[in-house]
Amino acid sequence: MGQRVLMKGNEALAEAAVRAGCRFFFGYPITPQNEIPEYMSRRLPEVGGTFIQAESELAAINMVYGAAGAGARAMTSSSSPGVSLKQEGISYMAAAELPGVVVNMVRGGPGLGGIQPAQSDYYQATRGGGHGDYRTIVFGPATVQEGVDVMSKAFELADKYRTPVVILGDGMMGQMMEPVSLPEPLELAKLPLKPWATTGAKGRRPNIINSLFLDAEECEKHNLALQAKYDIIQATEQMAEIAFPDSDWFVVAYGTTARICREAIQEARAQGLSVGMVRPITLWPFPVNAFEKVVERAKGFLTVEMSLGQMVDDVRLAVNGRCPVRFFGRTGGMVPSDEEVLAEIEKMVEGRTR
Amino acid sequence: MVDKEFERPKGTEIVYERPKSLTDVVTHYCPGCTHGIAHRLVAEVLDELDARERAVLVAPVGCSVLAYNYFNLDTQQAAHGRAPAVATGIKRVLPDRVVFTYQGDGDLAAIGTAEIVHAAVRGERITVIFINNAIFGMTGGQMAPTTLLGQETTTSPKPTGRLAERAGYPIRVCEMLSQLDGAAYVARGSLSSPQNIAKAKRHIRKAFQAQLEGHGLGIVELLSSCNVGWKMSPVDALKWIDSHMVPVFPLGVFKDWSAAGVEAARLADSGVAAG
Amino acid sequence: MKGYVFFEEDRCKGCQLCAPVCAKAVIEMSGRINVRGYHPAEAARPDDCTGCGLCARMCPDTVIRVYREVPAKAGKG
Repeated sequence: MGQRVLMKGNEALAEAAVRAGCRFFFGYPITPQNEIPEYMSRRLPEVGGTFIQAESELAAINMVYGAAGAGARAMTSSSSPGVSLKQEGISYMAAAELPGVVVNMVRGGPGLGGIQPAQSDYYQATRGGGHGDYRTIVFGPATVQEGVDVMSKAFELADKYRTPVVILGDGMMGQMMEPVSLPEPLELAKLPLKPWATTGAKGRRPNIINSLFLDAEECEKHNLALQAKYDIIQATEQMAEIAFPDSDWFVVAYGTTARICREAIQEARAQGLSVGMVRPITLWPFPVNAFEKVVERAKGFLTVEMSLGQMVDDVRLAVNGRCPVRFFGRTGGMVPSDEEVLAEIEKMVEGRTR
Repeated sequence: MVDKEFERPKGTEIVYERPKSLTDVVTHYCPGCTHGIAHRLVAEVLDELDARERAVLVAPVGCSVLAYNYFNLDTQQAAHGRAPAVATGIKRVLPDRVVFTYQGDGDLAAIGTAEIVHAAVRGERITVIFINNAIFGMTGGQMAPTTLLGQETTTSPKPTGRLAERAGYPIRVCEMLSQLDGAAYVARGSLSSPQNIAKAKRHIRKAFQAQLEGHGLGIVELLSSCNVGWKMSPVDALKWIDSHMVPVFPLGVFKDWSAAGVEAARLADSGVAAG
Repeated sequence: MKGYVFFEEDRCKGCQLCAPVCAKAVIEMSGRINVRGYHPAEAARPDDCTGCGLCARMCPDTVIRVYREVPAKAGKG
């Protein structure tokens, strides 16, 4: 691995993107992700890249569209309200099959909300906040190191499947400093070739990057092609971590919340409770395979989120009624404490409702 | 592309043939729609600049959303209003390519106002072809920001047409953008007559030159007709441009990096707002 | 100066923009109906064409091709 440094989450993700070959970043100020554009405005010129502070998050995602369509690895970042402005652009990128990475350092919502960490954009990210039948690959890293690791993966999968990829962080991860090992910089020459890019129709037929299909049959055919791609992604790109797989009870949590739950699980196991954790790393494709490994013998699941319950829907779908699925969450920027989670674990194990 | 079986008469020179930067697809535009003329002029200029093989078109949403069928160019179709942002992304990745947007008045002056203003603020080296036909054409003739006072559309109906008290005033994009230092060339032409078309072509060429020589953003606003939306014959629609649109949207050069001194003086004398 | 003008009839949408700009009134809308169901423009008096190209400059659908005889002097150059 590369050097080991102490870095703030936002800056570590930005550096990881540069090392993954990203040379074009289009952003806009919004707390709590400001360090990403700030870092990129210093760093990208050093590597011959381009940073633009766009006039809006909406303009920024459309600049990613253009840059990606021209063959570059391009990225934008924002936080919840700004990411809402990007949804149309993301839908267009999915339809036009353009690679790109969108980082969302989620903050309390809805509306202007707050600036503290939250996970209340899960639906938006995993169900597609824009229009039409499309999905985006979504990562939910739990540590700054994992954020760095998934950044490289995000660009790789974006190019591999020609689709936008979302990294769902949160305010805490963005602001927290942790030691990280940074990957070796990718050589630009090694980036995948993109013959479909609009580089000027020299010696070939024009390349058209487009999402308009006025003929309904054509539009359906295009949708089915996209769905076939999503089916492959669901079959091959699920990522999750299972802690204490042979436990009777399981907590389900991702991102920063998973780290808090790990504390609570340690305390519960110290009391002799048989508790493990399923930690999704890809939020889409949702890691149903991980649940299959534990659901047959599990007595129950407790989903914990910094929201009023969004991922819990996917947990219920994965568990499919085979055992009870409970939920506990804090939202608006409130962060659950390990004591609160431990109390919920005890309630789950004792079958208590209050 | 000229048909194979067509034979040019012996001993003659070409005065006019379809430019190579156009495909031979017959457009979906209504009979007499001046989009076709604008497409032709842009294609002629690209041919003359020998730029077809390094050009990238960014198509808008509107009647010309299907421009990628008509231009023989690499094209990206942008979300409504976002063409200047998409073009910015392309140009930054490919600074030596000829990147241009082709947008209508709904796309550029309604939903996309922020994008065109900030592309000019940043002085993006892109060229913008702005078709002002004072109406939303593709969606069936609604009021646009450039709809004239009193002009009837499906959303500024009889008896008043566009009423200032309710729907404000026509937006003058060239005058607005000419105030921005990043705009290197800003001109408004008209497609209403052969003479105006010739002048418009010179503006278009200069707007591409602004990009090629790296001076900044080049934009040409072309007063155009929408005879179906205006409920006129194609010939009458062109007359309507001269009689009704030109008084509200004066023709001329509002910003020109190349003749800043001379031009500014001339503009000042003729009372047109200098860049 | 002798000009030649050709109309790709099946492209024409019968918009009539070309006819009024011809200085020699060469162009008229024909009685025929083309494949699109329009009366296409045609050169009613082709011999009067000087090859100035104004009609092609007005045409929104590149229906018209224009050629001009190369003047004798220039021809030898």
